[in-house]
Amino acid sequence: MPTEAAVLDALSGVRDPELDEPITDLKFIADLQVGGDSVDVRLRLPTPFCAPNFAYLMAYDAREALLAVPGVREARVILDDHHTADEINAGMTDGRGFESTFPGDTEGDSLEELRNIFRRKAFVSRQEKLCRTLLADGNSPAELAEMRLDDVPSSEAKEKYLSRREELGLDVSVEAPFVVDPDGNRVPEEAVIQHLRFARVTRLSIEANAGFCRGVLAARYPDAAVLKEEEVAL
Amino acid sequence: MYEKDGEKYFVVDGHTHFWDGSPENYNKYGKMFIDCFYGYHSALSPEEYLWSEEKFGKYTEEDIMHDLFEIGYVDKAIFQPTYLLDFFPKGFNTTAQDAVLAEKHPDKFILNSSFEPRLGEAGLAEFERKHERYGFKGVKLYTAEWHEDSKGWKLNDYWAMRYLEKCRELGVTNIHVHKGPTIRPLNKDAFDVADVDHVAHEFTDLNFIVEHVGLPRLEDFCWIGVQEPNVYGGLAVAMPFIHSRPRYFAQIIGELLYWLDEDRILFSSDYAIWQPKWLVEMFVDFQIPEDLQGEYGTLTPDIKRKILGLNAAKLYDIEVPDEIPQEAPVMSGAESAYPESPL
Repeated sequence: MPTEAAVLDALSGVRDPELDEPITDLKFIADLQVGGDSVDVRLRLPTPFCAPNFAYLMAYDAREALLAVPGVREARVILDDHHTADEINAGMTDGRGFESTFPGDTEGDSLEELRNIFRRKAFVSRQEKLCRTLLADGNSPAELAEMRLDDVPSSEAKEKYLSRREELGLDVSVEAPFVVDPDGNRVPEEAVIQHLRFARVTRLSIEANAGFCRGVLAARYPDAAVLKEEEVAL
Repeated sequence: MYEKDGEKYFVVDGHTHFWDGSPENYNKYGKMFIDCFYGYHSALSPEEYLWSEEKFGKYTEEDIMHDLFEIGYVDKAIFQPTYLLDFFPKGFNTTAQDAVLAEKHPDKFILNSSFEPRLGEAGLAEFERKHERYGFKGVKLYTAEWHEDSKGWKLNDYWAMRYLEKCRELGVTNIHVHKGPTIRPLNKDAFDVADVDHVAHEFTDLNFIVEHVGLPRLEDFCWIGVQEPNVYGGLAVAMPFIHSRPRYFAQIIGELLYWLDEDRILFSSDYAIWQPKWLVEMFVDFQIPEDLQGEYGTLTPDIKRKILGLNAAKLYDIEVPDEIPQEAPVMSGAESAYPESPL
């Protein structure tokens, strides 16, 4: 029988695609029940009008993550208090895709393009964060441009960067160049500063958005209130 | 007018509402909508400025006059209507609702209107009549607005472009754009601001003021701002970060000064979500934290004066009292060479 810890651990691998943070850290899990080989999870979001596409992706990814936990045979994910909760919950129960959850409301290739846009943004943002630390440690932009992945000291930030890089299908081998654009092209030395300048506003946008969502979630569900220290660290 | 440390500031609040979000006027979506706004209000306001849900749903003429003009330092407030007829049967905050106050206090309010491109030809004639009646210089467009089967529209849709042509013809030069989350097709990013780029490029004689500076897509907005000189950023929603997340606020302002410039940023409270009194006071006192000044420079009184009022005064031909200094040197240590967008 799966433990609650194993289930939570699986859920911590699910991220809000837009905010690039685990749904567990964001306090989007309203409730979790493990009973035998079945798991019930309730998701909650900052507002009833949070974008339905991201809401669906999180519910879908949560369900997939739960079903991958050894011993889990049944997983139900229910979205609370959302303007498309009925549609999404029905879609989850029947295992329907996004198009048939919202018939007539989609165009083209389902959610993959959207996912990819936000994977690119997350990648750019994580790279900027890592570069920022390296610059603060005394490396020059020119040195960054010359670095291979194994020249970058190990850290949690590097792990996150590598995982976003891998999700985009980019080369993560040790000899691969470190500073690359989201298509995997190496950023030449003379372009590094400008590359990071744009990456910085991408990172800021994601972080500011996450801060806003945290605040609004806490206003809606007081038990989700964040600690002041945590805020200061952001 | 606000005065601090010998500096005077003329204040134009670029985004205000006089709404009816009371239970008598909402359906289930309207309730969610006003709950959403209340969430923003309670998450980002200082405690002493918090309202009850009931008051937030519907406040009085006395409240708005007091909060904006008696204690809020606002010299001119721009009404930005938000119709939402599918959520609020009488309308949330229509031109006609706002006009009652604007016509009573013509020296205080600037009345903007709106258009609904999905009404096609008939709506075009109606828009023209509305302009004749109210004589506005700006419109506020909420592209996530529902209408019959449609759950949103884009600025570069055929009919939206026709309405923008009409704006040009009528001298409605200030186009405020507000993005929302429910836009169809649902599998695309609802906050995408690419359509602003398209129309700003097409209508170079119109000004496009993107509300909440494109947040949550600040990076895309900044990128468009670099390309299109007629794109402006309205600070609604970004402003209250000054209280709860001042470092983010500093970075947002810093980025806007870098990618746009100090002439294209407009103060707004988004009243009654937030109140201008504390926003103005905190903004005038605000400085970029020392450890970020290397990246973002500093904010001078001249820059603050532009953001708080002079920039909007230019767009709306508002007369600024002589006692307000208007010449301002360029600030910010930021260089101005722009990279290719990596996204």
